[in-house]
Amino acid sequence: MTDTALPYAAAHDAHHHDADHKPGFFARWFMSTNHKDIGTLYLIFAIFAGIIGGAISGIMRAELMQPGIQYLPWWVAKLHGEGTFDEAMHFWNVLITAHGLIMVFFMVMPAMIGGFGNWFVPIMIGAPDMAFPRMNNISFWLTVAGFVLLMLSPFVGVGAGTGWTVYAPLSTYGEPGPSVDFAIFSLHLAGAASILGAINFITTIFNMRAPGMTLHKMPLFAWSVLVTAFLLLLALPVLAAAITMLITDRNFGTAFYDPQYGGDPVLYQHLFWFFGHPEVYIMILPGFGIISHIVATFSRKPVFGYLGMAYAMVAIGLVGFVVWAHHMFTTGLPVAVKMYFTAATMVIAVPTGVKIFSWIATMWGGSISFKTPMVWAIGFIFMFTVGGVTGVVLANGGVDDYMQDTYYVVAHFHYVLSLGAVFSLFAGFYYWFPKMTGKMYNEFLGQVHFWVFFAGVNLLFFPMHFLGLQGMPRRIPDYTDQYAYWNHMATVGYMVMAAGMAVFFVNLIYSLLAGKKAEANPWGEGATTLEWTLSSPPPFHQFETLPKID
Amino acid sequence: MRNLSFTSILLAAGLAFASPTVAQTAATEPVATAAPAPAASPAAPAAKVADPTVDAKGVPLTRPEPGVGQPVDKAISLQPQVTPTGEEAHWFHNTILLPLITIISIFVLLLLVWVILRYRRAANPTPSRTSHNTAIEIVWTLAPVLILVAIAIPSIKLLAAQFKPAPKNAVTLKAIGNQWFWSYEYPDNGGIQLTANMLKEGDQVGKGQRYRTDADGPRLLATDQRVVLPVGVPIRLVTTATDVIHSWAVPAFWIKLDAIPGRLNETSFIIPKEGVYFGQCSELCGARHAFMPIAVEAVSPAKFAQWVAAKGGTMPGAKAEPASTTAIGNDATDAATANGTAEAAPTVAATASPAPSNTPATANPAGAGNTGN
Repeated sequence: MTDTALPYAAAHDAHHHDADHKPGFFARWFMSTNHKDIGTLYLIFAIFAGIIGGAISGIMRAELMQPGIQYLPWWVAKLHGEGTFDEAMHFWNVLITAHGLIMVFFMVMPAMIGGFGNWFVPIMIGAPDMAFPRMNNISFWLTVAGFVLLMLSPFVGVGAGTGWTVYAPLSTYGEPGPSVDFAIFSLHLAGAASILGAINFITTIFNMRAPGMTLHKMPLFAWSVLVTAFLLLLALPVLAAAITMLITDRNFGTAFYDPQYGGDPVLYQHLFWFFGHPEVYIMILPGFGIISHIVATFSRKPVFGYLGMAYAMVAIGLVGFVVWAHHMFTTGLPVAVKMYFTAATMVIAVPTGVKIFSWIATMWGGSISFKTPMVWAIGFIFMFTVGGVTGVVLANGGVDDYMQDTYYVVAHFHYVLSLGAVFSLFAGFYYWFPKMTGKMYNEFLGQVHFWVFFAGVNLLFFPMHFLGLQGMPRRIPDYTDQYAYWNHMATVGYMVMAAGMAVFFVNLIYSLLAGKKAEANPWGEGATTLEWTLSSPPPFHQFETLPKID
Repeated sequence: MRNLSFTSILLAAGLAFASPTVAQTAATEPVATAAPAPAASPAAPAAKVADPTVDAKGVPLTRPEPGVGQPVDKAISLQPQVTPTGEEAHWFHNTILLPLITIISIFVLLLLVWVILRYRRAANPTPSRTSHNTAIEIVWTLAPVLILVAIAIPSIKLLAAQFKPAPKNAVTLKAIGNQWFWSYEYPDNGGIQLTANMLKEGDQVGKGQRYRTDADGPRLLATDQRVVLPVGVPIRLVTTATDVIHSWAVPAFWIKLDAIPGRLNETSFIIPKEGVYFGQCSELCGARHAFMPIAVEAVSPAKFAQWVAAKGGTMPGAKAEPASTTAIGNDATDAATANGTAEAAPTVAATASPAPSNTPATANPAGAGNTGN
């Protein structure tokens, strides 16, 4: 520093602020440009949406506990006044639609990318903030606006009962009224928010890495968010186009999906799944990144096969774009197309296997401590394997003729999402909770949460494989009596899972109010990424002097 | 609660049309109603052949067999398969896929248990610093590739078998999805049309209306009219829909084919064994998606011919070509003769009722409950 710089620095301090100066409440939380605050907002939002989405699945499991229709007419009467039987049955479809959309677009995605991505990508790459802080803010509020539209949807009509896939023509001339329009616009907003977020992450990661941090030295979570951001950027515009055509088919007389005027309902499915399949990797890839850090930290070892891990995610992202029609095996695809999509889909198992084995190899030879984040991570590895291998079964077009739209599919994607993505979310939440709040969570409650939740979700979802193998279709509110036993078991599993979630919320509130103060690095020598070099919680603005990576 | 709701549908009962766009097809002859016996169908004024699958009251004579063509409570495996492709797929799943995924899952579990026990902090206080091993990385990339190739070969074979086109003598069944019932046509058999509605429970119907009994099948799976198909003869299944997308699925046949408006999807299968097989609509199609079951009764070719005659249809080859070589044509003639009915009966029926309009059979007099509200 030369003398000439001093007056400037003094003036700077007088007019600006130190690293920890925070704006007032409204400006801080409603006009936020700070990546950590926006990350916190996203996490609070995701927890809130998760409570709603989880409560909806509770209504569904209650209805499915026994054969026959028990509760749906009561719910409809509460919502719209005494309704017909058809309205009660439609309400079931509204529930499944809302559960799917909320959990995908307003729980997993905001938590993974908006929450943890915003919080830790800039810190991990040694950047002071995201590249476009105001765009970051509008991403969040667009997501909130989208959620509000979705929540309004059942109150402006009978609710959107199209399934989260919004298949035409059920979603076009099959369901008139403003409800479905609201749901579609909700997706538009959530999609626009995600595209803006993706641009932000790509720009940040490509341009704002600390000196010395090459892409090949970048932490795997940043890699996972980078790949995810590209998937978002390429997939979401296709969804936006597909659902915009739904809107014009519904309201402006176009016929993209109406066969009476030369349109084709299957076109919608191609467009939707061209987005929808990358979407499932969007939901799981950041989880892969989180798990890599946790496994390395608690094994006190560097990640095994770092480059293989990074490029496995790139490979999953690339191949994820050319397998979409395995969601459409029963739509009458030609045999060669079915063969291609069968083979291409199975290819994804290879990079996924690399990841599973690399995590185990990271633990191999390590010195493992089983703190709460680590038990969630280990649970993730096994549960994701189970969900992955049933994916290999479903990949076979010939087998899928039986499995398609049965509970086997429901079991499969809940194993990779409810037991995969959600386990990685909890793992990440416990892992970074001390960093984000400056308080330690309660270890005992964290362990109880894991074991109760683990038992619950397995009892909830494993029997669904049996139901699917016995042919039970998904998306039905009532089933023939021979499906009663395993449905009953699944609902019991839901209750156990819900008890586990109660433990989580007790832990959350207790730790926020009375948690022990967290050190900068509560995890010891295994935690090597940059967030552990900062205080807990980090200063409002970190890295005023950029860290150097060697 | 349920009773109440079903009553409210009955109150809303009226003539059912799948959607306004097909309302003009109301003029189409009403297809067989649920009761009384379908033999009274106006489509076949000359046919005195009794429907061999039902008694005089319209109650099916063949009772479904528990565990065949329907789910079993507490079961954890695939439904038993009856079609050859179904058996092949069943073998592929149970002999290759299921053991393989079980072994892989247990292998990963054992590895995890091993590292948890062996490398816990108490057992291994000093971690190694190994972070690369090219050999093992190549192994765990190539081993899955080999496993997947091993899966892909039978998988591709299965696909090829499923796509074997139906031969010339196949019986064509056209399944048409409607909100919320299936209607069927037999274009090769004088255009017989059927409408299959779910049978309701005894406490859900008005007085004198037909309700489900165990002879019909399980709750939510039994229909008022079964799809009758011959055993041992290839079936060409063609699906389409009049309103939204439905999916025609019978697990015991390993068949699931979407019924998409504006499209004709086709597949084929053979049912070697007589029996009753159930399935359900398998694509979300609106409020009563759960209540449009599929019931197929597979009968001998002779009985099928008799059934066709009872429905006022014809057997291909029974009209002009006496030298018909198709098995089914011969059976049809045999059946007609054996039954003591005038051998001309099917022909008469055919001329008496010119091929019904090729609009889908959407009029659904039996399904009063199927109207929207």
